[in-house]
Amino acid sequence: MQRYSGFGLVKHAFGHHENWERQWRNPEPKKRYDVIIVGGGGHGLATAYYLAREFGVRNVAVIEKGWLGGGNTARNTTIVRSNYLWDEAGRLYNHSLDLWKGLSQDLNYNVMFSQRGVLNLGHTLQDMRDIQRRVNANRLNGIDSEVVTPQQIKEIEPELDISNRARYPIMGASWQKSAGVARHDAVAWGFARGADSHGVDLLQNTEVTGFKIRDGKVLGVHTNRGDIEAHTVGCVAAGNSGVLAKMAGIKLPLESHPLQALVSEPLKPILNTVTMSNHVHGYVSQSDKGDLVIGAGIDGYLGYGQRGSYPTIEHTLQAIVEMFPMFSRVRMNRQWGGIVDTCPDACPILSKTKVKGLYFNCGWGTGGFKATPGSGHVFAASLAKGEMHPIAAPFSIDRFHTGALIDEHGAAGVAH
Amino acid sequence: MFYIFCPYCKEHREEEEFHPRGQAHLLRPEDPENTSDEEWGDYLFFRDNPRGIHHEMWVHSVGCRKFFNITRNTVTYEILETYPMGEQPTITADSPEIRHEQGAQVADGGWQTVGARPENKALNEETSS
Repeated sequence: MQRYSGFGLVKHAFGHHENWERQWRNPEPKKRYDVIIVGGGGHGLATAYYLAREFGVRNVAVIEKGWLGGGNTARNTTIVRSNYLWDEAGRLYNHSLDLWKGLSQDLNYNVMFSQRGVLNLGHTLQDMRDIQRRVNANRLNGIDSEVVTPQQIKEIEPELDISNRARYPIMGASWQKSAGVARHDAVAWGFARGADSHGVDLLQNTEVTGFKIRDGKVLGVHTNRGDIEAHTVGCVAAGNSGVLAKMAGIKLPLESHPLQALVSEPLKPILNTVTMSNHVHGYVSQSDKGDLVIGAGIDGYLGYGQRGSYPTIEHTLQAIVEMFPMFSRVRMNRQWGGIVDTCPDACPILSKTKVKGLYFNCGWGTGGFKATPGSGHVFAASLAKGEMHPIAAPFSIDRFHTGALIDEHGAAGVAH
Repeated sequence: MFYIFCPYCKEHREEEEFHPRGQAHLLRPEDPENTSDEEWGDYLFFRDNPRGIHHEMWVHSVGCRKFFNITRNTVTYEILETYPMGEQPTITADSPEIRHEQGAQVADGGWQTVGARPENKALNEETSS
């Protein structure tokens, strides 16, 4: 792999930037691999990368039916934070945040991780009690978090309407300073390039059409480019996990919903941080090129069409204008929808299944992007060792039968 | 925006009058005392999540406030029928014309094929009356 550096940039300038190496190969599928990852989004690519780099499993294939990072990774609102309520979730997302901090160096790829902080606003007394509880839980878990007053909020984000004239006046917020945003495409491409450089075959336009299972053990997958063998298969297919599971004869407690987001026309720098509100139900940040990146909740009904509905857009923008009245005349440039696989307890599933060698990493709902490196790392560890990583273990699919749910609805930030 | 035919009000109304309430036709275990954790878990948390025909419960929350069921395609978003609680759907994933349609969707990836079928019987008849 050609390493990127300042020197390389200067050197290639003399060649009019025409001789850059391709970031990854486009290989023909081999007959067999040690591990197959189904799904070439951020989590799948991160899993492959850590498998090859950290756990020495180099004979790995990532099977992607479209193109790399073209699914939800390309359709999210790029927010990274770890202020989750429960210990299990706090550990998982904070593990991820730790990896984010060094990710650009690690990948030799600028993922534009920017720790500009996140505000979670409270508009009612109950909101404030929940915020206080969450901040206390965060601090006990070593996650930086504090409760801030409206005056402090005004210093952090001057354009927020903290007046009493608002329909839902802001009473305070939780503030995680180490949170922020990252460039979603760069995350997918960086992991793809990193995985490829460690020998992982990235198979694009390859669709899994079935699993080869004998005596309760997975032996490989059927694809539209022929059968591929592997004794370990990890499915990381977000909204399509339910469809894959059905092929393997497994039922998952997932429902797939469209989650939409939108970006405005580019503005001059106006937002310093990421602002979220559970109560009026919207979140907004500003990208480095100036557009406001806006999101809210999922459409309430099940759907696989990668678009959303007008009522949800209207609701989202109401929330944004409630928080920032000055945005009322900003025009929206585009809107998109991704398919999120939501779990009944708003926490992901990282789990073995009743089919030996078949693992699922799914159910991230509306909060998967922030977990990309952490999810990939603990899932890779689990695939490499055949035992779930301690951070991943509580997210087993068994919890829906034992009752050991991790109820993160509040801290997940949006309803799902 | 969905236009949903409420089988009680007998009118098409906009989506915003309604709330989706998840999968329809779920049956609570009949003998709770002798139901295993496995069965309770399945009943509480495990849902069908099909690409294609789905039977779901909606409530006409700012209308008559009654619950009813919808048969809907989760890929095209087409509403195939609405029917009152207690009734069974006439269109299912196994209906001959539906089987054919789903095959076509899988073959060409089928993401955003929107459009009502002209022979969409129940809804069109109700509209014209």
